[in-house]
This record gives sequence, C-alpha cells and structure tokens, in this order.
Amino acid sequence: MIANPKILVSDLSVSYGRKQVLKDVSLYVPRNSIFAIIGPATSGKTTLLKCINRTLEITPGARSTGCVHIDGEDVAKMRDVYELRRRIGMVFPLPVGLPLSVYDNVAYAPRMAGGWGRAELDELVERCLRQAALWDEVKDRLKTLGTMLSGGQQQRLTIARALSHQPEILCLDEFSIAIDPVTTMRIEDVLLELRKDMTILLVTNLVQQARRLADVTCFLNKGELVQVDRTELIFSDQPGNQVTHDYVHGVFG
Amino acid sequence: MSPLQPSSAPAPAPAPVAPTDPSALFTATDRTRRKLLTQRIAGIVFGAMAAAILLPLLVILGYIFVRALPALDWGFVTGLPEQGMRAGGIWPALAGTAYLVVFSLLVAAPIGVMAGIYLNEFARDNWFTRAVNLAVVNLAGVPSIVHALFGVGAFVVFAGLGKSILAASLTLAVMTLPVIIVATKEALAAVPRSFREACWNLGASRWQVIRTIVLPNSFGGILTGLILEVCRAAGETAPIMFTGAIVFKAVESGQLLPYNPTDQCMALSYHLHTVATQIPGVPEPMLYATAAVLVGFVLVFNSFAIAMRVRLRAKKKW
Repeated sequence: MIANPKILVSDLSVSYGRKQVLKDVSLYVPRNSIFAIIGPATSGKTTLLKCINRTLEITPGARSTGCVHIDGEDVAKMRDVYELRRRIGMVFPLPVGLPLSVYDNVAYAPRMAGGWGRAELDELVERCLRQAALWDEVKDRLKTLGTMLSGGQQQRLTIARALSHQPEILCLDEFSIAIDPVTTMRIEDVLLELRKDMTILLVTNLVQQARRLADVTCFLNKGELVQVDRTELIFSDQPGNQVTHDYVHGVFG
Repeated sequence: MSPLQPSSAPAPAPAPVAPTDPSALFTATDRTRRKLLTQRIAGIVFGAMAAAILLPLLVILGYIFVRALPALDWGFVTGLPEQGMRAGGIWPALAGTAYLVVFSLLVAAPIGVMAGIYLNEFARDNWFTRAVNLAVVNLAGVPSIVHALFGVGAFVVFAGLGKSILAASLTLAVMTLPVIIVATKEALAAVPRSFREACWNLGASRWQVIRTIVLPNSFGGILTGLILEVCRAAGETAPIMFTGAIVFKAVESGQLLPYNPTDQCMALSYHLHTVATQIPGVPEPMLYATAAVLVGFVLVFNSFAIAMRVRLRAKKKW
C-alpha cells in the first residue's frame, strides 16, 4: 500500500438483482499511472468503473456495499455527484455519438458545467479531438451530426468527449474495439502522454494492450479480484497465481 | 502435419464434371419458391389492409364535403344562425369550439407534458409510479359521459363555476389528459437511453439532459399527442353538454372573441347534435356543412402538426 493513492476501493461488492457481479474487491490505483483491468466477460470490469463515478446508482436493480475513495474522499458521501462525474472521464465500449454536431458533442460537458468563453471552447474542442486522433478527419465538418460518423469515429468522438471536461481520472472501457490498429497506437501514445496529468483506468480484453500500456494490472475473474500487481510481474512467467498465468498467456479463454 | 501444407502424396485427380448450364445454378428450389410466394401474399394482404384504412376516411370526407357544398360558403362560416337554426351560419359554434379547445389545451398541455416527463424521466419504479400509470390507463378508458357527470359535480357545482366555458374546458382537459401523458411518455421513451447515460457520464444533471437532448428529439411525438387532444376535445359532445354548451347564443357575426370564459357557449359538435336531432326541417346541406366545418377545423390542426413532424423528421438525428 502506497501513501495517498488516487483511488482506493475497499470491500466493494455489487449485485444486480440476485446476481452478484463483484465480490469484496479491494484495490488501490496509484496516482498518475495507467491501471489496467483485465478478465473474461462477466468478471465485473465495467461494473467496477460504474462504481467509481457513481453511475451504478442509476443502473436499475443494482446494489452495492463497500466504498470507493478518490483522493481520500468517500465518493458515496460526496454531495455533488455531477461534480464527481465531471472529475472522471468515461468511455464505454459502445460508441454513443450524441444527436448533436461533432463540435457540440465535444463542447457538451464544458457547456453544461458553464464558464467557458467561445475562443477557449474552440481551442478545447480542437485539443480534445486531436488527442483522440480524430481532428484530421473531422476538422472540415465539425457541424455534421456526431451520429453520422462511422463507428470507429464515434468511438474516438466519445474519447474526445471524455477528455473535454479535463478529468483527473480517465476510465476507458474497451476503447479500441472499433478502431483500427494504427489509430489505436496513436491513441495509446496519447494515453502515455496524458498519464502526466491524470490517472487512467483501462479495461481491456486485449491483454497485450494492458502489457504495452499499464503500470499496474489487475485481473478479475467472476467478480473476484484474482491478482493485482505491477504489469511486468503479471505478465512474467511466474506471476504467482496459476489462473492469472493461464489467462495472460492464453492457456484458456 | 499442418493441414495448410500441401500433402506430399499427389491428390487423386478430380472426377470430370459435366458442364452445367450456368442458368441452372441459379434456378430456385421449391423451398425458395414457396418462401417468395409467402412473402408476396403477405405483402399484398397487409398492403390491402393499409389501403382499407384509407378508404373509409376518403369516403366519409368526400361524402360530407360533396353534400355540404350547396350550403358551404364564407357567409355560412362567419354568419349567425337564423330562423331557429334553419338558415344562416354557425359562427358562434365555431368560435365556441375554438374557445373550448384552447382553454382545455392551456390546462391539459402543461400538466400532461410535465406529468409525462416526470413518469418517464424521474420516476423510480415503485408503488407510486405504478399507481399513477394505472390511473392514467384507467382514466383513458372512462367513457366520456362519465367525464361529463364528473365535470358537473366537480366544476359546475363544487367549484362553483356554473355552466360555463371554464367548466366545460376543464372537463375536456381531464378527459384528454391521459392521451397527452401517454403520448409524451412514448415520445420520450423513443429517445435511446444510451444518450442519457452518455450525458450523465459527462456530469450533466438529469434536467440538463432532458433540456438539451431528450426534449429536442421527442418534440414531434409530444406535438402529436397535443394535436390528438385538440381533435378529441373539438369532437366530443357529451362532456360539454352538461357543463357549458348551449343551444343558441347570439353574438356578433364574425366577431373574433365573442365569449367570456364564464359564459356558456355554442360548440360545433353540440350544434351538429342539435340541428340533426332536435330541430325539424333543417335543410340537409346545412347539416353536412356543419359537419364539414367541424372536420375542417380538426384537419387544419392536423395538417399543421403533420407539417411540423415532416420538418422535424427531415432533421432526424440518428
């Protein structure tokens, strides 16, 4: 345990109805690191992210116990949940372009938060679109509808949107499934760059992506935390846990 | 040995294939033929049903307007009834219907739309929400004559409004509320939940999401509900019969605002009922002309709504 982690998850359990999807998960995420979460389907990866920005509360039928601390503060006790969500950028696997123009998609969060001038906003939108490797493709058609972009472009649009409110924590859930490998590499480079400014949580089914990017990797299986350790160790020949070893080396699954 | 590597043993030479007629390759099998036939029959039958809906509408409209033609002119629309309704025009009834529709819309539209927004956007799934939803469904099923009696008890007598435009409009509003609520809910529910979730993840509040994303994209559906309300309110006779409609009221011909809200008023639907069943010797073209004006009134509102919807659909965003 290091002093002053960015995120501290303690004894977190979540169930949807009768189905338990997270069982007593405890872990911490070091500040300014890339933290990968890997594991097979239904292992609770996405649910873990939802607990961090409290969107679990608006998921029908979800119940949770345990707590999540950000900067030492219990998220459940934060009074302004919208303020909390503005501190966290979220990218979910299914790209959702809002039925607004490309520009308005990226400007949505800052506008809702308020306090942005026109020129500042222009600059912010361009920066976010560049970071999401989308600027070159849309710079001439910022006024087209976000929903009219291709799947991969919409995916990058959601990344730009998640960056638009300058979050302290960026949660990426399968951000690259609709994006070609070359563009993915460009975004990965940006992520390594962004690590200076924020803490990044990366849920991925591509274990090699976790290996390339993450400082720390945790392995979830069926809602239980199997192992969390430095990425080199997780991907070494002897991670200290047979299930982890088999998963990252593709022995099963 | 990998199956991808060529085998070292020579493969047996393929048996010579008889040259086939290329068109034979694409001949439909029995199964395909049956499939296509079923599809064609289904298309014809369902299409006929759709056309069958159009037929009564055209027949009714055509019949009414053709029969009404001799009596239908501007003087009829803006004139006053004369000779005990047997001549003259229907201006007081047309104006009265407009009053009733506008006042009932003023009451029912805000309440209905806001209730619909609450039920679809804010309400949790608990006993209260379920009770309200049940009430809405049941309210929609109550016969209009029962609404009329409720209106007499609640607005005419208890609230002390007397027989008046206000009492009649409120009765119509209560009657049409469920339609507006249901239409609003459906229109909002048609906006994908994923849009809302994406915005919540960006730190937008529920109301911000409703204002910026949900309402702009469900406006057409809500409008349809309101127009349905107008059509129903304009056409109903029973609810206004005991609460505010009157057989005859002298107003100035063509005057734009002839009534006070506390007055009783004439109404097209009630006027039609009166001239058709209560007064002997009304010339037939006048009856049809009255019906034509009522239908025309509704159609004007309808076409306005259709034009709005076409405009909105052209901007469909996903």
